[in-house]
Amino acid sequence: MISKEQILSLLSEIPDPEIPVISIIELGVIRDISIIDNASISLKITPTYSGCPAMKQIEDDVRKKLTENGFTNITIITIYSPPWTTDWINAEAKEKLRKYGIAPPENTTEDKSWLTGKIKSIACPRCKSQNTKLISQFGSTACKALYQCSECLEPFDYFKCI
Amino acid sequence: MTVNDALFQYTLRLGDTNLILGQRLSEWTGHGPFLEEDLALTNITLDITGTAKSLLEYAALVEGKSRTADDLAYLRNDRHYFNAQITELPNGDYARTIVRQAIIDCFDFYFYTELAKSKDETLAGIAQKSIKEVTYHLRHTASWVERFGDGTEESHNKAQTALNELWQYTGELFEMNEIDEILIKEGIAVDLNLVKAKWEQYMTDLLQKSTLVKPENVFMQTGSRKGIHTEYLAFILAEMQALPRMYPDAKW
Ligand SMILES: [Zn+2]
Repeated sequence: MISKEQILSLLSEIPDPEIPVISIIELGVIRDISIIDNASISLKITPTYSGCPAMKQIEDDVRKKLTENGFTNITIITIYSPPWTTDWINAEAKEKLRKYGIAPPENTTEDKSWLTGKIKSIACPRCKSQNTKLISQFGSTACKALYQCSECLEPFDYFKCI
Repeated sequence: MTVNDALFQYTLRLGDTNLILGQRLSEWTGHGPFLEEDLALTNITLDITGTAKSLLEYAALVEGKSRTADDLAYLRNDRHYFNAQITELPNGDYARTIVRQAIIDCFDFYFYTELAKSKDETLAGIAQKSIKEVTYHLRHTASWVERFGDGTEESHNKAQTALNELWQYTGELFEMNEIDEILIKEGIAVDLNLVKAKWEQYMTDLLQKSTLVKPENVFMQTGSRKGIHTEYLAFILAEMQALPRMYPDAKW
């Protein structure tokens, strides 16, 4: 029977639809895999944001990948608990985000200092300057905020901590 | 009423409130006062509509009559909707939209904080998810209320007028009926009296900071818990439901 590791490596080939440099495994949305036999599999998936339009795309991509690999009976269940958090994006994936031009989440979600307005400075993903400013809490997608670097003047996306 | 009936009605009420608010707010998409703000409100709208989807899917599951979330959204008339009336009111100008949003974000912040402890695992999960999003929403809308209130004479007047008109719809947010009683006993629903005290404290502080006057002794509108609405809801539904009702088998 096909192993869980093999399934994980298959799913690692699926890029995030909005940030194609990281895979859906690195994004952390696949929460549980149970392989019943070589034709049947059940997966649990959790949304990044409630209204994230990429979730449907991710589900379709997973179905396609598994179908191509011989699965005929695929169950995908959406779970909400525990809620997705940016802490599930590992250091390697964060580095990929930075290289892609998106400043990765800086803090862990345990750190609530930003709630009181004390926002840690976010480094510019291009020139690494800490001299940056927040333009808007809401960016091009639900998971990002918009910043601008005061050194190189480039605007950039910041993957916010939730 | 059985616990399951109550859970269906309760989840439907929460889903409806999010759905109608999301639908109303979506009218701003592409029409925001400037680009960043357009994106911000559209993101907020997306979160709210996403929460509505999660809740209505769960309501459909709890009901167990093979209706889907889409059936619930598109095939009910206004008298069978249980959203709070404040969500169906027209957006008005940007000050009015933002004042309403801050009122609701603040309510949601404390409401979801409580609901996250619900014994119903799905509701607790949806609440844990939503609270992270609502925290961002509230920070955004509350900072706008402050800027409008403590800004120019014109922005102050617009925010104060909005507040005076909207306040009569805030009482409904905290109304409880048989559904709440049954589910509070089960440890599923939130005691809205707990939310009310925290909401009032936050709003009082925010309005004071914003140099806005909190309306006092206001007659409170009521009805949505029984499916009674303002004349605006039917128009929203007409627009939202026209396509699925005209083409019942349409897939996209
Ligand atoms: Zn830079």
